[in-house]
Amino acid sequence: MINKVVADAPEAIHDITDGAVLLLGGFGLCGIPEAAIQALIFRDLKQLTCISNNAGVDDFGIGLLLKKRMIRKLIASYVGENAEFEKQFVAGDLELELIPQGTLAERIRAGGAGIPAFFTPTGIGSDVAKGKEIREFDGRLFLLERWIKADFALIKAWKGDTAGNLIYRGTARNFNPLMAAAGKITIAEVEELVPAGELDPNHIHTPGIYVQRIFQGEAYEKRIENVTVSA
Amino acid sequence: MLSKTQIARRIAKEIKNGQYINLGIGIPTLVANYIPDHLQVVLQSENGLLGIGPFPKSADTDPDLVNAGKETISMVKGSSLFDSAEAFAMIRGGHIDMAILGALEVSENGDISNWKISSGLIKGVGGALDLVASEARLFVAMHHCHKDGSSKLLKECKLPLTGIKCVHKIFTDLGIFSILPEGGFKLLERAPGVTLDEIRDKTAGKLVIKGEIPEMESFD
Repeated sequence: MINKVVADAPEAIHDITDGAVLLLGGFGLCGIPEAAIQALIFRDLKQLTCISNNAGVDDFGIGLLLKKRMIRKLIASYVGENAEFEKQFVAGDLELELIPQGTLAERIRAGGAGIPAFFTPTGIGSDVAKGKEIREFDGRLFLLERWIKADFALIKAWKGDTAGNLIYRGTARNFNPLMAAAGKITIAEVEELVPAGELDPNHIHTPGIYVQRIFQGEAYEKRIENVTVSA
Repeated sequence: MLSKTQIARRIAKEIKNGQYINLGIGIPTLVANYIPDHLQVVLQSENGLLGIGPFPKSADTDPDLVNAGKETISMVKGSSLFDSAEAFAMIRGGHIDMAILGALEVSENGDISNWKISSGLIKGVGGALDLVASEARLFVAMHHCHKDGSSKLLKECKLPLTGIKCVHKIFTDLGIFSILPEGGFKLLERAPGVTLDEIRDKTAGKLVIKGEIPEMESFD
C-alpha cells in the first residue's frame, strides 16, 4: 500500500499558492475541512477561487477565508448566511458564480470521472441557461454543462486509513467524495486515522486512489448551524 | 385565512401512500409534522438522506446529521445515506415522486421564481432549480400576497425564474389552485371564511372559478 499520511494540516496545505483553484467539501457547516481551513488562515494567500456548496458563516468555515480577503472568486449554490461575503460582493472585490446544487454536484462528479460535459434539464428557462448550448432529446430540452476540476480538493471524512481510504458519517458525506476525485491534489482530513487494513474494504466510500494526502485533525468543533430539537 | 401551519396541514392531506418526497425550506418543512401515521412515505433531504425523522431530543443532536436547511434532524428506521451527486440523480432521474417548495412568485402558466433574494442580492437557489426540472409532481406552499399586499399569483413572473411550466398546484393562505394546461389559476378550494371576492382581489394572474367552490374543512 502507498502511504499517504502527512503530519498535520499546515504540512498538507503547504504548497497551495496564490491564485489556486480549491474545492472545499461540506454542506453548510456539516462535513467541512475545518483543520485545512484553519491552516490556510495562517498562509498569506491571495486570489483564490473557492468552489463549495456554501460560503460558511462569518466566523467559521469559508467565512474565515473571506474575512482574510483571500478569495477572489466564489462558486457556490447558496451563499445566504454570510455578511462578510455580502460586503465584499457589493464592493466589487469578489466574483460570484451561482450554480444549481445538483448541477454543481454533477459537474464536480464529471470532473473526477473524466467526462468533459453533459446535458441536464436543470436551468432550462432560467438565467442559468444563458449562453449555454441547448439540445432536444426525446422531446425535452436540456442544456450543456461542463466539468469542474481544481488544483486542490480539501475534504473531510470521519475515518480514514494510511492508504487514503475514507468513510464518512451521516450527511457529512455530501460533496466530499465527489471533490476527492476532482482535485489534482486531494487533501483529506479525518477524525480518526488508522493503519491500512483496519477499515473493512466493504465499507469504504472513497477509495484511496483519489487521496494524495491524509492527516488526522485535532479538536474538531463541528459547529451546528441551526439546532432544532423536539420536546 | 390559513396560518403557515394550516397550509402545511392541508398539503399533508395530498400525500399518498408509497411516495418519495422532497420538502423545501419554510412552510414545506412543516408538512413533515402532519403526514398521517398510516401512510408509508419517505422524505428525502438533498444533502444526502432518504428517511428524515423528527427533530431529535436535545441530547441527541448530531452535527453530522442535518437537513437541507442545516437543521439538526434524526433518521427513521430503514434510512439510507449518500453523496450529493447521488441525491440529485434521484431528483433529475425521476425517482422522487413529489416536491413541495416555497416560492416568491408563480405565474398562471406554472412558472416559478424562488431564488433567495435579500437586500437586493441574489443569494442562490440551492436545489430548487434541479427539483423543478425533475418529473416530480410540484406543489408550491406560500402566502398569497407579499408583505406589501401585492399578489404572488401573477400573469408572468417578474423575478428571475427558477423553472418554467412546472408547478402543478399552489397552496396559499386563501385557497388551493391548480394550473390549467391552457394557462390560469383554477380555484379548487377556498380557506375557511375566505370569500371569492377576496381571492379575485388578491390574484393578479388569470383566475378561473367554475361551479361551486368548496370551503376547506376547518382546522381545530
